[in-house]
Amino acid sequence: MTPLQIDFGKRAPERVVGIDLGTTNSLVAYMDLTRPRIIPGLDGDRLVPSVVSLLPTGEALVGNPAREALLTAPERTVYSVKRLMGRGVEDVQDELAMFPFRIAPDSQAVIKLQLGDRVLTPPEISAYVLRQLKKNAEAFLGEPVTKAVITVPAYFNDAQRQATKDAGRIAGLEVLRLVNEPTAAALAYGLDKRQEGIVAVYDLGGGTFDISILKLQDGIFEVLATNGDTHLGGDDIDNRLIQIGIEDIRSEWGEDISANHEARQLLRRAVIRAKEELSFVPFTLIDLEYRGRKYQRRIDRELFEKLIADIVDRTLAPCRQCLVDAGVTPEQIDEVVLVGGSTRIPLVRRAVETLFRAKPHTDLNPDEVVALGAAVQAGILSGAVDDKLLLDVTPLSLGIETMGGVVSKLIHRNSTIPASATEVFTTAVDGQRNVLIHVLQGERELARDCRSLARFDLKDIEPLPAGMPRIEVRFLIDANGILNVTARDQRTGKEQSVDVKPTYGLTDEEVEARILESIEFAEEDFRSRQVAEARVEADTILAAVEKAKANDAYFELSDAERDAITNAVNQLLLVYHSDDHLLIREKIDQLNQVTLKLAETMMNTAVRSALKGTKL
Amino acid sequence: MNPPCWNCGAFFNALFCDSCRAIQRPPDNYYELFGLPRQLALDEQELERRFYALSRRLHPDLFTRRSEREKQFSTDATAQLNDGYRVLRDPVRRAEYILKQAGFPVGEQGTRDVPPDLLEEVFELNLALEELKGGDHSVEPSLHQARVHFEKLLREIDRELAAAFREYDATGERDVLARIRAILNRRKYISNLVNEVNVALQRAA
Repeated sequence: MTPLQIDFGKRAPERVVGIDLGTTNSLVAYMDLTRPRIIPGLDGDRLVPSVVSLLPTGEALVGNPAREALLTAPERTVYSVKRLMGRGVEDVQDELAMFPFRIAPDSQAVIKLQLGDRVLTPPEISAYVLRQLKKNAEAFLGEPVTKAVITVPAYFNDAQRQATKDAGRIAGLEVLRLVNEPTAAALAYGLDKRQEGIVAVYDLGGGTFDISILKLQDGIFEVLATNGDTHLGGDDIDNRLIQIGIEDIRSEWGEDISANHEARQLLRRAVIRAKEELSFVPFTLIDLEYRGRKYQRRIDRELFEKLIADIVDRTLAPCRQCLVDAGVTPEQIDEVVLVGGSTRIPLVRRAVETLFRAKPHTDLNPDEVVALGAAVQAGILSGAVDDKLLLDVTPLSLGIETMGGVVSKLIHRNSTIPASATEVFTTAVDGQRNVLIHVLQGERELARDCRSLARFDLKDIEPLPAGMPRIEVRFLIDANGILNVTARDQRTGKEQSVDVKPTYGLTDEEVEARILESIEFAEEDFRSRQVAEARVEADTILAAVEKAKANDAYFELSDAERDAITNAVNQLLLVYHSDDHLLIREKIDQLNQVTLKLAETMMNTAVRSALKGTKL
Repeated sequence: MNPPCWNCGAFFNALFCDSCRAIQRPPDNYYELFGLPRQLALDEQELERRFYALSRRLHPDLFTRRSEREKQFSTDATAQLNDGYRVLRDPVRRAEYILKQAGFPVGEQGTRDVPPDLLEEVFELNLALEELKGGDHSVEPSLHQARVHFEKLLREIDRELAAAFREYDATGERDVLARIRAILNRRKYISNLVNEVNVALQRAA
């Protein structure tokens, strides 16, 4: 007998949003009845700057207000934190020279940033941005949003992907899928309307570069190969111009502003403005005013292109490698799609055109196309879109360290994911209970040249003569590009326990702790906001009372009435600095009560004088 | 025949239960998963068509709203499908897969020995490579020539391999497999040579 089955696949599609968590800006989009749409923030802006500022009260500013705080409170504000996701301190020495990151002293495999008196990991900071996007989506859609697709650079490694997923969890989002940014862009372009073809997606964002080559056929988007550089983008162009500005200013003003946060931020804004203008006009000014002093420098497109030529060139080698890996020639590329704000630069467009011998698509806004694609993928997962399917690849080869520090590759780069490989491990010594497997990502031969991903400890192996145990280990890269490892004792068929020690990033327990902490902080944030609001109200009434004491009406009160007011003021002042907003409000109400008569008298006097006034 | 459906207990013979349509644990054999006869000569377009069609039914994107068990089966089945597609669409890996299943050892062993008929050519090639390493660029033309020669050999081998594939598909004889294994070793040896020459020429350039 077959029990009655309910096909849950036919349930009404549930809401899943698509999020582009960018280095410079982040966006959230959703699938409308017919097409993906960007959800604007409460301020109407479609882009939320990926900037977070923590107020002394514990509250967080995100987006445009936080961008302002870069000038006023740089020590509690951070931007471009995506550059630190899933990385260790020794990885980011180059970034530290260029970005004002304040690394907390106990940072090791996980970077911790000092923001005011708080210490936060990059996923926690990204979680603030995600929470803001979640809030924007909830306000816009009028319903709770708990599920999301988040995009990542195609060339992100396992740790960087895991860190992004952790950020989602900390923000209270169930991350249904991580999608590669160039692939998402291809989805947004609806290029599948053509029957068949080969498409290259060139994605140069604020901090990352990706190139992906896809084959499209009947709604299937099959990624043939991907390549990139997770530390190459518009930020590098900005930093080049900032260096020039700092040197100019040193000779013109005789002052080194490189350690001056405020001046440096102003300069950063000035060069970004100039950079953006140069995409549309032949020359412009880098224009800075700081405490009455001026710095101006004329820059034309020719000079600009000379300055950034090597940065643009750095994108070409990954493109050529990607063509080789995809097994296609430039002539076979039917279309090229440009993604990321930096592809507005004419030099970048020319380089792409020359390499792929095709005029690139630019009809969609390069800042928005990834988020739109994420919404389409969200639609695929929720069942709202059923004619498209994405088959993506893993960007880096996965291997294990063998004797002599040599890497034995198990899953090659550009393998379609999910992908798996199985290896059998045994012991070297009689009675050995543990086997340690070191897993790495990268293309090099030696373990020390690859990126350590994690160490897996096969525990509680049955004590047997050396070489007798046979532990079958399965390495599975899932559809998010994240590694899962399971092990089985071949002799007994029993599941073998595996302990995971990620080399970079948080353990599962640490993420759980961060989630709890963030909930506590959310409560704390809420409490401190209530206290702050109560104090503002107290300030208002105390100021009003102080002012009223100069009014004739105050002297018309009886001594008892005046004493009652003084008493209530003192009581309010006593509780003013407490953390109990209810107590503060109680005293405010008391003060309100005892000043009622005073307020009435003052009002009458005011009306009388107003009436008098009309007679004049 | 598969074991009964884990979900409703019915018997079936596919990736999905005939009765309740729940996804099942995928078969281990790539040919079985693709629903193709165990043959060495494969129509690559048909293989691709099946790969896309199965992806459309098995991919984890279609199972995000299902139970954890179905999600796991979908991921396992799709990994198996992708792994299988990588093996089956490449004639060399496909042949190695069949060899391995037939109990032949596959891998690097046997690929280091110089095929006897190539002894002289390989000796000369190694000499030229040494000279190039020593900075003598006059050997470059002869290296280019050697590369062209070996690439021609590779094409001949591929034709030989295709013929052997057809023969095995027709007869199913084990000694054909043994011959295929010998051809594969020879092929691997020559393609390693070509790579070596390419790397040396690139370095010299």
